[in-house]
Amino acid sequence: MRKSLQSVGHDVIGWLLPAAILLLWELAARTGLISADVLPAPSAVLSAFWRLLLSGELPHNIAISTVRALAGFAIGGAIGLFFGLLNGLSGMARNVTDTTLQMVRNIPHLALIPLVILWFGIDEEAKLFLVALGVFFPIYVNTLLGIQNCDPQLIEMGRVYGMSRTALFLRVILPGALPSMFTGLRYALGIMWLTLIVAETIAASSGLGYMAMQAREFMLLDVVVLSILIYALLGKLADSLARFLERQCLQWHPAFRTA
Amino acid sequence: MTVLAFDKTIKIQSSDGAQTQAPQARTSQVPAAPIAFSFRGVTRSFGDKTVLKGIDLDVPAGQFLAVIGKSGCGKSTLLRLLTGLDQPSSGDLIVNSDGEHGNRTRIMFQEPRLLPWNRVGRNVEVGLTGIAKGEEARAKSLGMLEEVGLADRANEWPSVLSGGQRQRVALARALVAHPFILALDEPLGALDALTRLEMQALLERIWQQQRFTAVLVTHDVSEAVTLADRVIVIEEGRIALDLDIPLPRPRRHGSAELARLEGLILERLLGKGG
Ligand SMILES: Nc1ncnc2c1ncn2[C@@H]1O[C@H](COP(=O)(O)OP(=O)(O)O)[C@@H](O)[C@H]1O
Ligand SMILES: [Mg+2]
Repeated sequence: MRKSLQSVGHDVIGWLLPAAILLLWELAARTGLISADVLPAPSAVLSAFWRLLLSGELPHNIAISTVRALAGFAIGGAIGLFFGLLNGLSGMARNVTDTTLQMVRNIPHLALIPLVILWFGIDEEAKLFLVALGVFFPIYVNTLLGIQNCDPQLIEMGRVYGMSRTALFLRVILPGALPSMFTGLRYALGIMWLTLIVAETIAASSGLGYMAMQAREFMLLDVVVLSILIYALLGKLADSLARFLERQCLQWHPAFRTA
Repeated sequence: MTVLAFDKTIKIQSSDGAQTQAPQARTSQVPAAPIAFSFRGVTRSFGDKTVLKGIDLDVPAGQFLAVIGKSGCGKSTLLRLLTGLDQPSSGDLIVNSDGEHGNRTRIMFQEPRLLPWNRVGRNVEVGLTGIAKGEEARAKSLGMLEEVGLADRANEWPSVLSGGQRQRVALARALVAHPFILALDEPLGALDALTRLEMQALLERIWQQQRFTAVLVTHDVSEAVTLADRVIVIEEGRIALDLDIPLPRPRRHGSAELARLEGLILERLLGKGG
C-alpha cells in the first residue's frame, strides 16, 4: 500500500514539470510574450486537433502514415532478421555478405532521397524503400551481434545434453540473442518514424508529414505544431509497445524483473 | 602401501558382449566390478604441445575416482575426452555400458551453465533431452530437484538462486537421466568453504544411492580423499600417482588416516616441482 502510494507520487512528480511548462507557454502566448506567428498557444493546437479530428483529415493522415511505417518496417525488419540470423549461424554466409552490408550501412539512407525520388517519384514505393532501408540495419546488426555474443559455454552444455541443431537454436541461441534483438527493434522503431517524417515532408501527397507541409504553406502554425506532437506521440507509442513486449519476453532477465 | 599396481588378467564380459579387461588392485579386497571405461595409451596434443602423453586408466563401474593435478596439466582435457567433447590424438578410449541406461555420460562444469531464460525445473528437464518429454519429464525433474533439496524452487529463475543452489540444480540436471558415468570438472571450485562441504556430503549421498561411476576433477586434495575411492595425480601428461582410499564411509573430516593420505598426495604434488 505504502509502496504503491509512493510510486504514484513518483509518477505525479514526473509530470509536474511538463505541466508547468505547458501552463507557462499558454500564459506567454495569451499575454503576447510569444507571438502567434512563432508558436501558437497549447489551446490553439488543441482546437486545431479537434477541428481536424472532426473533419476526418487527421485520422486519415495518421492511418496513411501508420500503414507506411508498418509496411516499411515489416519489409526492412524481415530482411534484416533474415540476414542477421543467416550470418549469425553460418560463417560462410557471413564471409560472403557481411562486408558488403557493412559498406552499404555507411551510406546515410536519407542521403538517397534525391535518387529515390528519381527512381520512384513520390509514390508509395519511395517511402517504403527508405523506411525499409533505415530499419534494416539496426535489426540486422543487433540480431547478428546477439547471436555472436551467445555464451559458448551454454552452447557446449546443450551439445553435451544431446540437443539437436534445431533445439540448440530455439532453446539456447535465440533466447540468448533476444535482449540484443530487442535493442535493435527499439532503435529501428525510432529510425522508422524519423525516416517517414523526412520522406513525407519531401515527397508525398498524403500523410502526417504532407499535412504539416501543407499547413506551412498556408501559415497554419497550429497544425504544424500538432503534426510534430502527433509524430512524437506515435513514436512514444511504438517504443512503449516494444518495451512492453520486451518486459514480457525477457522476464528471466534481472534487468526486467517485475517485483 | 596403498599405491596400486594393475594386474590386468581378469577378463570381464561387458553387457554389449565385448571382451574387456578389468584391473584388479592387489590391495583391493572387493571383487572386481565390470569396467566403466578404459583409457589405453591415450594421447592428446594441441599443435606441437602434447597435453596427455599416453594415459592408461581402467575404472571399474561405480568407482568414485578423483583426479588431481596442477593447473593446466590436462585434467579438463581428460574429462572432455571421456565425455566425447574431444577426441584423442592417438590411443583408444573404451566406454562400456550397463544394461539399463546404456553408456550415458554426463559432465558437470565449474560453472552451473543453466539457461537463464528457463525456470529451474525446465533447466533440469534439459537433462532428459531425447529421453523423456512433457509430464513425464516434469515429474522426473521435480523428483531429482527433491533429491538435491530444491523442490520448492522449481519455478524460480536461476538468477535468483545462490551459487551453491545453482550448482545443485546443475547436479540435478546431470543426474536426472541416471547416467552411467558422471564427470565433474571442479564443480565446487567456485563455492565458499561451508557450501562446499554441504555439496560434498550431498554428492556422496546421491552417489551412494545411484551408484554411477564418478570422475571428479578437483584441486582440493582434502576433498579428493574425503570423497573418492581412488585418487590419481596427473603430472606432465602422465599418471604420476594412483592411490587407493580404502576407508569406510561416511568419512570424518580431519581424521588421522585422511590426513596421512592427504599428506602423501601433497608431498607428491609439491615435492617434485620444488
Ligand atoms: N582447445 C585447445 N586448444 C589449444 N590448447 C588447449 C585446448 N584445450 C586445452 N589446451 C591446453 O591444454 C593444457 C591443459 O588444459 P586443461 O585440460 O584445461 O588443464 P586443467 O584442466 O588441468 O587445468 C593447457 O595448457 C591448455 O592451454
Ligand atoms: Mg580445468
